[in-house]
Amino acid sequence: MTGVYVPGDSPLHRLPAGAKLLGLALLCTTLFLLGSPLWLGGSTVLVVLLYAVSGVGPGAAWAQVKPLRWFAVALFVMQFVLVDLHGAVSATLRLVLAVALAGLVTLTTRFADMMACFERCLAPLRLLGVDPFRVSLVLSLAVRSVPVISALATRVREAQQARGLSWSVRAFAVPLVVSVLRHADAMGEAMSARGLDDH
Amino acid sequence: MMQTRPHRRGLRTADLARISVFAALIAVLGLPGALNVFGNTVPITLQTFGVMLAGAILGSWRGALAVAVLILLVAAGLPLLAGGRGGLGVFTGPSVGFLLGWIPGAALTGWIVERGGASPGSVRLLVACLAGGVGVIYLVGIPVQAAVTGLPLGQAALLSLAFVPGDVAKAVIASIVARGTQRAYPAAVPTVHRERVKAG
Repeated sequence: MTGVYVPGDSPLHRLPAGAKLLGLALLCTTLFLLGSPLWLGGSTVLVVLLYAVSGVGPGAAWAQVKPLRWFAVALFVMQFVLVDLHGAVSATLRLVLAVALAGLVTLTTRFADMMACFERCLAPLRLLGVDPFRVSLVLSLAVRSVPVISALATRVREAQQARGLSWSVRAFAVPLVVSVLRHADAMGEAMSARGLDDH
Repeated sequence: MMQTRPHRRGLRTADLARISVFAALIAVLGLPGALNVFGNTVPITLQTFGVMLAGAILGSWRGALAVAVLILLVAAGLPLLAGGRGGLGVFTGPSVGFLLGWIPGAALTGWIVERGGASPGSVRLLVACLAGGVGVIYLVGIPVQAAVTGLPLGQAALLSLAFVPGDVAKAVIASIVARGTQRAYPAAVPTVHRERVKAG
């Protein structure tokens, strides 16, 4: 699995993940504090410029803000009724810009680089007795398990249809969850047998 | 003379496997086509259903960790939320509180189920799913949405009202499925599993 990363060689792609996260946090805080339409207009230009620099293309940009479209309309209408046009424009714009900026970080950062950054951020948990090796193990095991569980779900659904029970949620979910647990417990035993508990 | 192994604190490997696999299960429940109930007619996402199951079956601590693992993978850029959503955009959007509410939600569901001992009853499971999987998630989600959008709390609550019937239905189904699973596979009860792991 690769995620939604768009390969490229722009300055944004080359920035380290940690720097991009920090920049995102700063920009989002600024967005939240800005009130005047002038500032928000400037921020819109900045976001558009950043997207242009990244070279991810309009399709990828639209995919980031698309899930917001109905919510943005509802929010605009509510703010317009409750406050005024100015309030409605700034609240909606602020939200769309924050989502677009965060999306840009994801679009220009490889999944593996972001994970490595998160794992570095979680390293201080060592002081609380959390083993960084086990954190990485759980995370990579979860990624690897998605296709496995997906295949299990398909198999259970086919069996259910063969028995003519396609209308029943229970007839699907109980066998699925039981086989998921069997799989997990067998994997746990296998890892334990390889001495992972002694690590 | 046999050397006794020092007793390990924290999570065993068996728990790590359960946490990873349940994080993957919640992701799979959001994949299109992975699960279409009622013969394809009602396209509903069952991810919160997965969150409730994680709490009811793994227990509070492990259930919450399974959800946290999924959220971390989503933040790192994998499109594992319903509708193929993923990446950091989710975390600056209006529904981020509902997503983060999954963690304490699974924890409360697990906590209530754990209080039921080796054989938690149907009523307890239903209460656990409703309190953790609906109550806590809305309790975190609505105030965060109000803060992100600048709407008053009441208006933000109004925006989420439409999702309540579906979520209550999911809680009912989750409790029935958890009960069925725990009857078919006793180690699906958090307390029973913990005793077994302790016994080695």
